[in-house]
Amino acid sequence: MAEITNEYLLQKITNQFGSDILSHEETYGLVSITINKEKNLEFLTWLYNDSELNFQFLTDVCGIHFPDKKDHEIGAIYHLHSLINNVRLRVKCFMPIDNPTIQSVSSLYSSANWQERETFDFYGIIFEGHPNLKRIINVEEMDYFPMRKEYPLEDGTRTDKDDKYFGR
Amino acid sequence: MSSTIEIVESPAGIEGPGFFATSLDKVIGLARANSLWPLPFATSCCGIEFMGTMASNYDLGRFGAERLSFSPRQADLLMVMGTISKKMGPVLKQVYTQMAEPRWVLAVGACATSGGIFDTYSVLQGIDKVIPVDVYVPGCPPRPEQIIDGLIKIQELVKNERLNRRNSEEYKKLLGSYGIE
Repeated sequence: MAEITNEYLLQKITNQFGSDILSHEETYGLVSITINKEKNLEFLTWLYNDSELNFQFLTDVCGIHFPDKKDHEIGAIYHLHSLINNVRLRVKCFMPIDNPTIQSVSSLYSSANWQERETFDFYGIIFEGHPNLKRIINVEEMDYFPMRKEYPLEDGTRTDKDDKYFGR
Repeated sequence: MSSTIEIVESPAGIEGPGFFATSLDKVIGLARANSLWPLPFATSCCGIEFMGTMASNYDLGRFGAERLSFSPRQADLLMVMGTISKKMGPVLKQVYTQMAEPRWVLAVGACATSGGIFDTYSVLQGIDKVIPVDVYVPGCPPRPEQIIDGLIKIQELVKNERLNRRNSEEYKKLLGSYGIE
């Protein structure tokens, strides 16, 4: 079996999904693809089932928040691994903050179930089609998504911190 | 090889042939203080220091506290060691309410005392937000000597506690402020 180079991988993806690939980059030998968020499930399913690529292991699902990127504030990022070829791929999808919905991939990767719940917990991304989308790590009563940047990282109930010792 | 075994001194009282008279709270306080059963609630690195404190080098047994109780029902002293997240808060409170009176709480380390370095959305900023605390031990983590110092401070509280304190209005008000009846 021939080794799958980054150039070949990118070429193959572009041939299949041309106009849905919004951008791509290669950092530290790892290819990142930004794809139209409507196509995430279709794209990952194709990567999973392709007899050559075999991206059948989902390493991680995570979220990101860029407050300054208008209509692309919230991102969902999938880290994929083709164990047979030892090739990794990063897939990013961005969505507006007032409607952060994306298709769940938990039907494709069972491991996405908890990872999508965690991403929902911290960023409020609604994974449509997820069987049990509720908070997994934070307290259930929490009424906000703490990793979004509009919320302060420090806890408001702290009483023993004197600002003058922190240069504020 | 010489060894000296020290026994606690008897409280002040009136002694004569065949009798010894003293006040009841002093005797009970003495007995309680020297046979505390701690419940270790260890969640992180302070728990490791506690293990060192219990082991032979430091030996908390010298203070009558070698019998760890892993059931809150039989414990006298709740030792909270480590970061308590907000999700853990109700669990800690439940453990506290399951303990029988009289009960004492020792907060060991910066996290249990104030949240420590974890000034963040997920961490309880000190266990005194959910349960009353008797003694705080500073340090990140505190050395075993400091934990022993904290235990000795607890012993002093136990020795000098009025027998009716747990029935007083003041104490009920304190518990009430934490939502514990």
